Amino acid sequence: MKQYQASIQITLKKGILDVQGKAVENALHAIEFPMLSNLRIGKYVEMIVEADDKEKATASVIDACNKLVANPIIEDFKINLTEIESQ
Amino acid sequence: MKFGIVVFPGSNCDHDAYFATKKNAKQEAVFLWHKDTSIPSDIDCVILPGGFSYGDYLRCGAIARFSPIMNEVISFANKGGYVLGICNGFQTLTEAGLLPGTLLRNKSLNFVCADVNLKVMNNSNIFTSKIKTGDVLRIPIAHGEGNYFADDNTIAELESNNQITFKYCDNEGNFTELSNPNGSMNNIAGIINKERNILGMMPHPERYSDKQLGCNDGIKIFESIADSLK
Repeated sequence: MKQYQASIQITLKKGILDVQGKAVENALHAIEFPMLSNLRIGKYVEMIVEADDKEKATASVIDACNKLVANPIIEDFKINLTEIESQ
Repeated sequence: MKFGIVVFPGSNCDHDAYFATKKNAKQEAVFLWHKDTSIPSDIDCVILPGGFSYGDYLRCGAIARFSPIMNEVISFANKGGYVLGICNGFQTLTEAGLLPGTLLRNKSLNFVCADVNLKVMNNSNIFTSKIKTGDVLRIPIAHGEGNYFADDNTIAELESNNQITFKYCDNEGNFTELSNPNGSMNNIAGIINKERNILGMMPHPERYSDKQLGCNDGIKIFESIADSLK
């Protein structure tokens, strides 16, 4: 068994109003950052996955994201996997 | 008839639902623990109550959806059992895929705790059978994530199948932006599934089921259920 460090970036799908992002953007405009726009806030999740190979590890993480970690109705996710020394 | 009220860690309207069904609607009611792996066979209607199950971690209802009792609720519902999800219960039903769409953060970003007007859009189901279509109920809301969202096709389907049971409206029953407390698409406050046995709603009828609270419009929903299932 190998171990992989998975990093998952979850973002609201395009077209879905990110009210939190909008509020932060407005606040930035109110101070000294009028040059910033399209601010969107997402989530970052990391976990360690045990699997025979990278392909199987990726499949498990995708499955976990679709079932619980992300909500596919409103969210997209990107996964990055790197093999690590077994702990 | 008998109600079964699910208690998740973090549920905080379970006792209100119990009081409304038992004392106000004068029906039998029992609590169902989230770790239970069966629903007693004499339960006619399961209520998923409001609250902050599992601290609303990750997304509201996302973790509650995987508690042991939810497997039973899903199979109970799939067999035609009646399920009412209120507030966090509605969020849990969408996470479980028993109702379409999802509940996003309120457009204002505020947690909104207020009385709202709800127009009853149809009464061809057990949950609103004793209320006239078009009637306006006064019911409180208390949520931070009640902004109903679904893709355009789903919304069109909900509208054409008469699956939207409640919409936020003003005192005259008009669907205005001002009367929409959270930014929900089409002022949606509550929807039902196609088979009409699963209803989810953000407002809290159990909190307005006793006259002593100043309004008891909510009792009409529990009385509709009781009357339909007696």
